[in-house]
Amino acid sequence: MSAVAADAPVAQPFEIVPRKGLPIVALVLVGVVVAIARDARWGLVFCHVVGGGLWTGIDLFVGFVIGPILRSMSVPARIEFSKRFMPKMLLVLPTIVTMTLAAGFQLARQDGFLDTSNPRHAWVVVSFCVVGVMAVVALAYLSPANVAVLFELRKPQPDPRVVQKLMQRFVYTTGITGVMQVATLVIMTRLVS
Amino acid sequence: MTESLVDRNLPPVTEIGAAAMVAVAVGVIFNAAYLPKHAPTSVAVALLVVAAALELTNAFLLSRIQDFAWARFKQVAGWFLLAYAVIAGMIEYAFIYDDTRGTQLVILSLMLALFMLNVPVLAAFTVARYERV
Repeated sequence: MSAVAADAPVAQPFEIVPRKGLPIVALVLVGVVVAIARDARWGLVFCHVVGGGLWTGIDLFVGFVIGPILRSMSVPARIEFSKRFMPKMLLVLPTIVTMTLAAGFQLARQDGFLDTSNPRHAWVVVSFCVVGVMAVVALAYLSPANVAVLFELRKPQPDPRVVQKLMQRFVYTTGITGVMQVATLVIMTRLVS
Repeated sequence: MTESLVDRNLPPVTEIGAAAMVAVAVGVIFNAAYLPKHAPTSVAVALLVVAAALELTNAFLLSRIQDFAWARFKQVAGWFLLAYAVIAGMIEYAFIYDDTRGTQLVILSLMLALFMLNVPVLAAFTVARYERV
């Protein structure tokens, strides 16, 4: 078993969940609920397109741009980056994912895509499968690793091996969700064309 | 110098939890693919039983771990449970709002409950395994 250096740099305290962002999250979620409850077409399209665009953009950017850069950085640099980046992701991603999926399901219902007799129903089912893969990867691996790395970084002396292992999980899983996002782009453009 | 917790040998709680999540996801997709009609109940129930069995296995495996940071586990699981109870509540509302009724509503609600319980366990286990007791 390897060891952690006792003279490792002392960590600075920081918020795991940025509390300042919580009112914005609440506002977005209330907006989605109101759009669904009123069956407001523009509100649903706005939530789905804006949320989906951000979700896809962030996943692809993190998976294919930030991820490879992060892999090439030194462990202390990764730690500094993670401390600032991960808490924001902890709020941003679940919010835009909820916004996109909830509004998208309601739009599919309005447009009749959920009906098995609809010629585009198969594309909706394929999109469910892609979301299913992303949900399993994100909720079983990505999100727990995200939270665990933040707890590790808050310790007086974080273990660089733990941080590295969890960050590795983060980088690989965002790569997988990035590939799934490309599939989503194909499905969604096929669905509306 | 202190020992790193990276190489600590623990049961495959994350892998079993991920398998339970796959069963729930397949079950929900299977049901949703038939909407607004009803999906065959037998397949959905089988997936529900598989997911429940996997989550019970995880609970059993967790209960047998010694020298584990249970305080941290409970702290993380509690906050995650609160967040996912809100999300599950919103999804349950959507099921009812969309006129899901009868057996299908029962199956989807139970799957939702399994999902709501599984996510906090996975997050709490991943955090607590790297905590010193």
